Amino acid sequence: MIDRITELRGEAEAAIAAGSSSDALEELRVRYLGRKAELPQMLRGLATLPPEQRGAVGKAANAARQALDAQIHARAAELAGSELDQRLQEDRVDVTLPGAPAQPLGRLHVLTATRRELEDIFLGLGFTVMEGPEVETVHYNFDALNHSSTHPARARTDTFYVSEESVLRTHTSPMQVRAMEAHPPPLYVVIPGRVYRPDSDATHTPQFHQIEGLAVDEDITLADLKGTLLEFARAVFGGERDVRLRPHFFPFTEPSVEVDVSCFHCAGKGFLADGARCYLCKGEGWLEVLGAGEVDPNVYSYVPTTEANAPGYDPEKVQGFAWGLGVERIAMLKHGIPDLRLYYENDLRFLEQFR
Amino acid sequence: MRVPLPWLREYCDPPLDVRAIEERLTMTGTKVEAIHHHGVASTDGFVVGRVLTAEQHPDADRLKVCAVDLGEAEPAQIVCGAPNVAAGQTVAVARPGAVMPDGTKLKQAKLRGVASEGMILSESELEIGSGGEGIMILDAELAPGTPLGDVLPIAMDVIELEITPNRPDCLGVYGVARELHAATGAPLAPAPWADDPGSAGPLAGAEVVVECPELCPRFTARVLEDVTIAPSPPWLKARLTAAGQRPINNVVDITNYAMLLSGQPLHAFDLDRVAGARLTVRRAGEGEQVQTLDGQTRTLDSEMVVIEDSEGPTSIAGVMGGARSEVQPDTKRVLLEVASWKGPNIHRTSWALGLRSEASGRFEKGLQPEQCLHAQAIATRLMEELCGASVAAGTIDIGPEPPAPAVIGLREARVRAILGVDVSAERQTEILAALDFSSIRTPEGLEVSVPPLRREDVTREVDLIEEVARIDGLERLPATLPARRGAAGKLTHAQRLRRAAEDALVGRGLHEIVGWSFTEPALLDRLRLPSDHAMRQVVVVENPLSDGQSIMRPTLLGSLLDAARQNVTRNGPDVAIFESGTVYRRKDGPLADEHHALGALLTGALAPRSWRGEPVQADFFAAKALLGALLERFHLDWSVRPGSWPFLHPGRSAEVLVNSRGADAVRVGFLGELHPLVADSWGLERTAAFAVDLGKLAAAAEPVVSFAPFGSFPALRQDLAVTLPVSVPAAEVIDRVRAKAGKSLERVEIFDVYSGAQVGEGRRSLALALSFRTLERTLTDEDIAPVREKIVAALAEIGGELRG
Repeated sequence: MIDRITELRGEAEAAIAAGSSSDALEELRVRYLGRKAELPQMLRGLATLPPEQRGAVGKAANAARQALDAQIHARAAELAGSELDQRLQEDRVDVTLPGAPAQPLGRLHVLTATRRELEDIFLGLGFTVMEGPEVETVHYNFDALNHSSTHPARARTDTFYVSEESVLRTHTSPMQVRAMEAHPPPLYVVIPGRVYRPDSDATHTPQFHQIEGLAVDEDITLADLKGTLLEFARAVFGGERDVRLRPHFFPFTEPSVEVDVSCFHCAGKGFLADGARCYLCKGEGWLEVLGAGEVDPNVYSYVPTTEANAPGYDPEKVQGFAWGLGVERIAMLKHGIPDLRLYYENDLRFLEQFR
Repeated sequence: MRVPLPWLREYCDPPLDVRAIEERLTMTGTKVEAIHHHGVASTDGFVVGRVLTAEQHPDADRLKVCAVDLGEAEPAQIVCGAPNVAAGQTVAVARPGAVMPDGTKLKQAKLRGVASEGMILSESELEIGSGGEGIMILDAELAPGTPLGDVLPIAMDVIELEITPNRPDCLGVYGVARELHAATGAPLAPAPWADDPGSAGPLAGAEVVVECPELCPRFTARVLEDVTIAPSPPWLKARLTAAGQRPINNVVDITNYAMLLSGQPLHAFDLDRVAGARLTVRRAGEGEQVQTLDGQTRTLDSEMVVIEDSEGPTSIAGVMGGARSEVQPDTKRVLLEVASWKGPNIHRTSWALGLRSEASGRFEKGLQPEQCLHAQAIATRLMEELCGASVAAGTIDIGPEPPAPAVIGLREARVRAILGVDVSAERQTEILAALDFSSIRTPEGLEVSVPPLRREDVTREVDLIEEVARIDGLERLPATLPARRGAAGKLTHAQRLRRAAEDALVGRGLHEIVGWSFTEPALLDRLRLPSDHAMRQVVVVENPLSDGQSIMRPTLLGSLLDAARQNVTRNGPDVAIFESGTVYRRKDGPLADEHHALGALLTGALAPRSWRGEPVQADFFAAKALLGALLERFHLDWSVRPGSWPFLHPGRSAEVLVNSRGADAVRVGFLGELHPLVADSWGLERTAAFAVDLGKLAAAAEPVVSFAPFGSFPALRQDLAVTLPVSVPAAEVIDRVRAKAGKSLERVEIFDVYSGAQVGEGRRSLALALSFRTLERTLTDEDIAPVREKIVAALAEIGGELRG
C-alpha cells in the first residue's frame, strides 16, 4: 500500500510539474485527487484495512494528498500569472489614437481671464470687488468727480448720453463716490466694469473695460500708491518689474500721475539682445499702464455723510488714492494682441488661443 | 505740441542732450511723446555756393548747366532744373555723398548726358519752408564753401509734447522753457515779451466795440504801419516748418511765431480792408451765415461770437478768420488783434461747426487775459524787425483788470502727509520760485502767491503740493503699502457664483464671448418681438456712433447670434458659446434697469467628432442639460415649464424657475430652441439657447451649503416602467412619485422614454429609476412594497399603467 502511495505521489508530482495550462492542471487534479481517483479511494477504504496498517497508510495517503493539493495550487497560481501576462500582452491598443469620445474644450474670454487675474491680485492686497451701473448719472460720472460744468469730456463728442442727466459711464470712477456713500472709511475697493466713449479705430473701441481702485483712510500717501502698484505690476508682469510715476492731470486726483511699468520684453532696456529696438515699449524701456493719483479733496466733499458711511469723508481727515486701468491694454501687452477689435469679434480662432 | 529744440534752448539751455531733456520733461509732467529730427540727418556735404555761370543745357529746355563756386580751386558743374537759377546767385548746394531729409544719398549723376556734381537746393528740399518751385537764394555776403549748417537751420531736433489740459501755459515755447528751467535748474532767459516796443493808451485810426464781454474777457489791438509783405527769413521759416506750421508771408508767419512762443493766438487784419476801420465783437444771430477763410459757408447760432466790420462778419471769434480782411501782398497797414475768449464757448463753437483750428484748440483750453499783451509784444517787435513796420502809438485794450494773484497757505506737514516723503521748506520755495510762484515763510510752512498764467490750475494747497511733488521728483517716493486697516479682500457670494457659473460652462466645452453692449434697433424685429413686448423698453443712446449701435441690448441673444453666425461662416457649423454680461432695460429715473445675465448658445455638434461614436447635436435637451449642470452646482431648487418667447420655437421653449416648489417661485430666464425664422435670420441651422439672470440666481442660492448626512446603509434600487398619456408632463410624474414616496426616496430619474405601437396611440412609456435609503437600517423590498403601491395608484390617477 505504502509503496503504491509513494509511486502515485511520484507520478502525480511529475505530471503536475509538467502541467502546462490551467485546464491541464484541472484534469490532473481530477485524475489524482478527484472523487474517483485512487488516492482518495484509499483514504476512504482505510476502514477495510487491518488496524495495524491503518495508521501508517492513512498518514502517508493524507500527506500525499495534501502535498499534491498544495503543488497543484502553487502550479495553478504560477500558470495563471503567466497566462494573464500573455492575455494582457495580446490586449494591446494603439495608444496614439485620440482619446474618445472627444472632449470639447471651452475657455474664458481673455478679457475675463485678465479681469479675474487682476481682481485676484487686488483681493490678495486686501481690496474687495464692487460693481456699479453702466448707465450712470451725470452727477456721478462728472460732477462728483470734480469736472467743471464746462469740462470738454462732457461734450456729446466725448460721451454717450441717454438723457439730459444720464450717460453711459465714461470710466469706472463714478463708483468712487458711490462706494464712499455706501461704506465708511477705511475703504479698499476695486471696481471692474465696462465703460464707453465715442471712439472707434484700431486703438479705440466705443466700449472697453476698466478696473478702478480706491483706497481711503486717514493716512494713505502717494508713496502707498506707488507701493501698491509696484505689487500689482510685479504680480502681472513678473517679479523683476519696476514702476515709475509720471506727473499727469486728471480732474479728480491731485497730485495725478501716469504709471509706467518697466518693459518686460526688454527688461526695461529699450533694446533687445540683438541690439534691435524693443517693439513693445518702442525703445522707451517703459510701458504706460494706468492713470492714478491721490483722491482730489473736492471729490470727498461730494460724499454726503449718512448712516451708511458715518463718520463720512471729511477732506481734512481722510485721504487716499485711486487709479483706473484698462483691462484691454493689460491683456494686449501681456499677450501681444495687436488690435483692440479682435476682442469683440469673438472669432473662435482668437478665443481658443488663451487659457 | 511740436517744439524745435534750438528754439527751446534759446530760453533755457541745460547742458543736456535731447534724450536727457526728454527724460527731465517727461518725469516732471510734460510728457515727450516723440522726438523728431527735422531737416537733414547730417550737415555733411551741404555748403554755400555761388553760381558763376548758368548756361542752357544742350539737350534739355528746362535744365541749366551751372558752374558753381564751392570755395574750392575749381568750380563744380551742376545741372539745375529750377526756373530761377541765374549767374551771381548765392545758393545752397548738396554735394555728392550728402543725404537729403528724405534719406536719399546724392551721387555723381549725368543729366541728359551732362555730368552734375551735386544739386542746388530749394527750401522744401531742405524742409525749411515750402517756398515754391525755385531754388533758395541766400544772402550774397556768404562765402562760397561755408558749411550750410553754419548759416541755415537745416537740421534740428523737434520734441513733441503732450500738454495736459490743466497747463495751457505750456502751449507756448516759453512756458515749456520755464518747465525745463524748473526741471533742470538751468537758467531761464527773460520772457520774450519783457521788452515791448508798443505802448498803452488810446489808439488812433481804428476802433473796437465788444458787445459780449461775457464771452470775450479781453480784446487788444495795435496798428502797424509801413508794412512790407515779403517772405520770412529762413530761420523763421525753418522754426515754423519744424513746429508744423506752413510759412505764408512775414506778417502771417509772425503771428504764428508769436503764438507758438507765447501760447496765445493772434490775428492780423489788413486795416485798409477793415470796412470802417472798426471791429465789433458780438454774438452771431441764429442761423447767421459766415464765409470762413477755407471758403466754406458756416451757419452760426447765438452762442457763437463773430467779429464784424461795417460790411458784416469777417471772422468767427477764436476759431477762424475771414477772407475779406486778410493780409494781402499789397497790405500796408496791419491791425493786430489779440483777444481772450471763454474756453468752453470756443470748444462748443468749434465742435458744433466741425471746425477746429490751431487757435480754437488753444482757446478752448482756457488762456489768461494777461497773455494778450505777451503776444502783442512779441509780434510788434518782429513786425518792426522783419516787415519794416512801425507801431502806432497806443493799444486798444478792452476788458476788466485781471484778478490779483491768489495767495495759498502750504503746510509743511501736509506735504509729507500727502506724499509720504519729506520735502524741506527751502526746497519747496526753490521749486515754486522756478515755476514763477513767490512764497514767504510762515510758522506752518509757506504762503504762496500764484502767477497769473497758473490761476485756473492752482487754487488750493493740494495743487501746490502737486507742483512740489512733480518737480522734486516722484522717483524719490518710496514704495510703501497702506496700513490696510480692516481690509479683508474677498469676493461676494454673487461674484463667486458668477465665476463658478462661467467656469461650469467653460468646463463643459463652451467658449466665452464678449459682445457689444450696443445693438441695432432692428435686432428687436429680427427677434420677432411684438411692438408691446417688454424687451422693447430699451435704453436709447442719444448720440450713437451709428444706428447699428444706437440702443443698449435688452438680451444677450443678439451678440450670441452675431458671434455664432460669424463663426459658422468662418470656422464651421459647430458653435458652443456663452456670454456673461450686462443687459439693459429702460426704467423711470436717470438709471437703467440693469442685470448681469449669463446666456449660452449651441448649434451643431456639442463636441468634436470622434472615432468612437457621434457627438450629441445641439437641441432643447442638450441646452437643458447644460443649464441643469449649472443650476445643480449651485444647489438651486429649479424647474422649467412651457413658456413662450417670440424668438423661440413655440413647441420647444421653456421658462426657468427657481424655488419652484415654494410660493416664492422666481422666473430667472428662458430655455429653448430658436424659432427657425430667427435662426435663419442669422443663417443658422437648429440652434438652442438659454439665458438666466445671475443676480436672481445668486439671491436664490444659499450662501452656505449645509451638510446632509447619508448614513451607512446601502440604498435599495428599483425600476418602474409606466405608460401614460403623452399629455402628462414628465415633471408631473416625478412630482407625484416624490409626493407619495416620502422621505425614504433618495433619487428618482427618468432613464428611458419610449413611444410606439407597443404602448398604444397617444401614450408613452417612462422608465423610472428609484433609489430608497434611510439612515436607520437597510431597506428591503418588503419595506418598499407599500410605497410602490401608493406610487402606482397615484400614477393611475393620471392614466398611468404599470408595464410588464
